[in-house]
Amino acid sequence: MQPEQNGITQRVRAPLAAQTWRHIVRLEKVDMTFGRVQALADIDFQVGRNEIVGLLGDNGAGKSTLIKIVSGVLRPTAGGIWVRDGPIDLDDYSVRMAHELRIETVHQGQTLGEKQPLWRNLFVGRQILGRFGFIDVKKEKQIADQLLRQAIGFRGQGITAESTVRDLSGGERQGIAIARAMYFQADLIVLDEPTTALAVSEVRKVLAFVEGVKAAGHACIYIEHNLAHVHEVADRLVILDRGRVVGEFAKGEITLPELTNRMIALHEGHARGHG
Amino acid sequence: MATADSASIRVLRIEGLPIVAVLLILVVAFMIAAPEVFLGYRIYMSFLATVPPLLVLAVALTLVIAAGEIDLSFPSIIALSGWVLAYCIHELGSPWLGLGLALLSGALVGYVNGILIARVGIPSIIATLATQFLWGGLTTVLSQGLSYSLGDVDQLLLWRLLVGRIGPFPVQALWALGVALVLWLVLNRRRFGEHLLFIGDNAKVAEVVGVNVAREKIRMFVLMGVMAAFAAVLLTLENKNFFNTQGGGYLLEVMAAVFIGGTSVFGGKASVVGTVVGSFIIGMVEAGLVATGLQGFWVRAVVGIVFLAAVVGHLIIEEPDRGRTVLHIVRGKLAFNRKASS
Repeated sequence: MQPEQNGITQRVRAPLAAQTWRHIVRLEKVDMTFGRVQALADIDFQVGRNEIVGLLGDNGAGKSTLIKIVSGVLRPTAGGIWVRDGPIDLDDYSVRMAHELRIETVHQGQTLGEKQPLWRNLFVGRQILGRFGFIDVKKEKQIADQLLRQAIGFRGQGITAESTVRDLSGGERQGIAIARAMYFQADLIVLDEPTTALAVSEVRKVLAFVEGVKAAGHACIYIEHNLAHVHEVADRLVILDRGRVVGEFAKGEITLPELTNRMIALHEGHARGHG
Repeated sequence: MATADSASIRVLRIEGLPIVAVLLILVVAFMIAAPEVFLGYRIYMSFLATVPPLLVLAVALTLVIAAGEIDLSFPSIIALSGWVLAYCIHELGSPWLGLGLALLSGALVGYVNGILIARVGIPSIIATLATQFLWGGLTTVLSQGLSYSLGDVDQLLLWRLLVGRIGPFPVQALWALGVALVLWLVLNRRRFGEHLLFIGDNAKVAEVVGVNVAREKIRMFVLMGVMAAFAAVLLTLENKNFFNTQGGGYLLEVMAAVFIGGTSVFGGKASVVGTVVGSFIIGMVEAGLVATGLQGFWVRAVVGIVFLAAVVGHLIIEEPDRGRTVLHIVRGKLAFNRKASS
């Protein structure tokens, strides 16, 4: 697939060509405020080349805000972003630029257009264009069908490129969102609570996928409410609380019961603080 | 059985097919009721002359509704842009300048709508209701409530190009179908159109997949404005007349044409083909009823029946589960009536 020839493509060429970087993404002193609400304060956060980082925290701790900054949806109020150790001009940073830097995000809940066919969902935002800038529908459908059969393994379930998203189960939707990230060869995949509302068997598939990302040499930011899941797959855990990083543990530095107690203590701290 | 079912569903899903069937049924019904009118070609030429402004408006509005928005201000564009054209022809004697300024005025109205909705954040139903009053009122002021009679406008090249006749065939029908074809391509084959569908489906999803939601909405309202202005040009030239309330009757008819055509009121799903057919249904019912001898005031009631039938029909095809519920209720009622009467 040829990325579109435009300004963004020019700007990402250098960072993509770099070979000797340590961190796929690094945030320094990032602040994010919405009106008077400070969602993130003084965040230092980085993800290594082939690292799975588990991001933990209560509801409202700032996890989703943090990954929206990483994925280009939100622009931080202050601070800096580095991708592959190169600084990013925040005025340019967008979802499209993140895509071109091979950062893919599977956002919490809905990331697919429910009434749209799967082929549109796979390519929206970076459509394959043919002559005169028209969408090459035939090619998009063909690739989509191929993906459905091979990468996702939907063979024989009656799901085709023409199926609409609302005909799919929660797990199948997650599969499509993840396959989209894989197809565009992400070096960093951001998963925001991918197992919420999934059946147990489907949760196993998502965890296997996260391990697959690691095995393929890529990196992952993994947000998860279920501590056992994230403790199992993450190389490093980062705990957020009220917009700040309040704990960081490499794999093996903290046991699951210790982690659980710590999260409960944070939660009760809030209850006391509010009471 | 299962494959036969899915095959029949696939046939039903060809864009606009059910509504084409409704149109054909109506035509046949009118042919039976008023054969002397509906078996001749004249009535169809008359439709092709009068439906184009409605069709152009409805096709453009289809894109707006696809994106989950609404535009109530286009009747004021019909008035404003019509006045701009009429003024330039009548007072300045320059029809081409009139065409350009008319389209530009439509674009301006659309741009203001777009800014109010996408940047300021006013819901489109409120913003366009306000601008409908604003531009409609401004047109009354500008025209001082007068109408222009453009009696000799048919001598102009512009008139012959846009609303002239090839034999008995009205040229504006070609322009309207051209607009429909272009906007079908825009909606279904351009990135812009796909972005509108995703915005209408779920604006949050559109944002996270990299769609610039505000920019695309502004572009959409500008497109709607230009198309409404083009409809105003066709209408004013065909009527050879401008009057400052000339957009008034279009609002409900245009929306009816869009929804009869199967476009979802919830956004994210739209059929340009359906809208084209819906426009002809709306345009035909009035003339058809009058020709069959029914009194004119039946028109709205019949439009209502066709409208409801079309919407329920789309529901049954597009959402089989909810459709089955409807069928179930109908069957239940029938069975109950049989039991009660026996």
